[in-house]
Amino acid sequence: MAPTTPTTEKEILAGLGEIIDEIAGVPADEVTPDKSFVDDLDIDSLSMVEIAVAAQDKFGVEIPDDKLKDLKTVQDVVNFVQHSSVSA
Amino acid sequence: MGADQTAVVVTGLGATSPLGGDVPGTWEGLLAGRSGVRGITEEWAANLPTRIAAFAAVDPATVMDRVQVRRLDRCEQLALVAAREAWASAGTPKTDPERIGVAVATGIGGVASTLKANEILQAQGWQRVSPYTVPMLMPNGAAGWISIEIGAQAGVHTTVSACASGAESIAYGIEMIRSGRADVVLAGGTEAAIIQLNIAAFAAMRALSTRNDEPTLASRPFDKGRDGFVLGEGAAMLVLESAGHAAQRGATVLATAAGFGFSADAYHIAQPAPDGRGAALAMTRALADAGVTPEQVVHVNAHATSTAAGDLAEAQAIRATFGAAADNVVVSATKSMTGHLLGAAGALESVAAILALRDGVAPPTINLDFPDEADIDIATGQRPLRPHGDAPMAALNNSFGFGGSNVALVFTAA
Repeated sequence: MAPTTPTTEKEILAGLGEIIDEIAGVPADEVTPDKSFVDDLDIDSLSMVEIAVAAQDKFGVEIPDDKLKDLKTVQDVVNFVQHSSVSA
Repeated sequence: MGADQTAVVVTGLGATSPLGGDVPGTWEGLLAGRSGVRGITEEWAANLPTRIAAFAAVDPATVMDRVQVRRLDRCEQLALVAAREAWASAGTPKTDPERIGVAVATGIGGVASTLKANEILQAQGWQRVSPYTVPMLMPNGAAGWISIEIGAQAGVHTTVSACASGAESIAYGIEMIRSGRADVVLAGGTEAAIIQLNIAAFAAMRALSTRNDEPTLASRPFDKGRDGFVLGEGAAMLVLESAGHAAQRGATVLATAAGFGFSADAYHIAQPAPDGRGAALAMTRALADAGVTPEQVVHVNAHATSTAAGDLAEAQAIRATFGAAADNVVVSATKSMTGHLLGAAGALESVAAILALRDGVAPPTINLDFPDEADIDIATGQRPLRPHGDAPMAALNNSFGFGGSNVALVFTAA
């Protein structure tokens, strides 16, 4: 599957919602920008690794381990993907 | 059971087996003499000498949350299904979490997940290997998931002894309660190892039946026509509880988990000692530990896998242990219907032994058309069980594992 490169925040958010629904069982409509992965969505560090790998496939953006630990909220990931896509 | 020992009772049962997705379905199948064995039609079995197995009647993935299905190996899924049933049937004890323990074993563990992860590694590289791979392949994964589910904090244990694993975990659970470490222990075994490698590996030992054209006739313990065991899968769980704690909360007592006996053959890594002396030693020790006389025992659920050496050694061991009293012991070999669940076998057969005591009926042994020379009374149809005297009826369950592990468990009627 060739990675798509979404540029809008809305597209990234929708894609992230699909990934998190699949991996962690959190309904996509609950994946809103202000949500914390650990505190609000009950996503553990193992699932965050899966989400990062899936995001790489979907968005064509690699999230290095040292960046992954700084991505606390859904908005953090959206910003990271958007920023990486633009600079790519 | 010594006078100073804490009495341990069984207050809950759970099972998911080739005969049914729960205890009632499994017990109904056993009493009806139904075989859970079928042909393996999948492509991966095409070139194997054995193309039959006893798959779980209900796919655990269809009765649990999809995220758990992603994260749990099939053996862990089966364990969780059986544990949920057992815990619910015990009335969901509201016990102090620090007084609840888990002892759940497997003989093989998450080998299917190991192989799948290796395929992904070779094809796609390490970054695509699931971060849940280790929890899926480790043998104590099922015990861990169950402890999280019921909040058990007294301890979480996995006793690994091949085909004796499930029985050993029940013995371990009894010991946890006797030693005062816990009031309630969820104990049992699980297995999900019907995969190409496993069949090839057991076939390499010439241990499996190759009666591919007649799957339901393939598992035939104690029958002259047997040609090996049939691989099965599933899980079974017991809720063990100190008698005092069960009485205090008004729990229904299904049976007393009266005692256990261990021994080691110290003979061969995969073959039983020919005279069954290790098995006899485990049975003798279990009776002594339970404070049960041979005359009190009405029923034995035999290990009897449908291999010539194992069946005969066990029959000799039963005769040696019980002597003349063996004439009044009804023996059932339920693997004739379920196949061999390896690390779950001892737990599933303990469930059967407990229900036999509860209902006063021994399940049949199917496919016993031409009995071998075993000098024991084997039930070929349902058989009534009655106390032999004033003492409560006792039933014994045998489990023997590669490595020379022998475990016997004794239950008495409630």
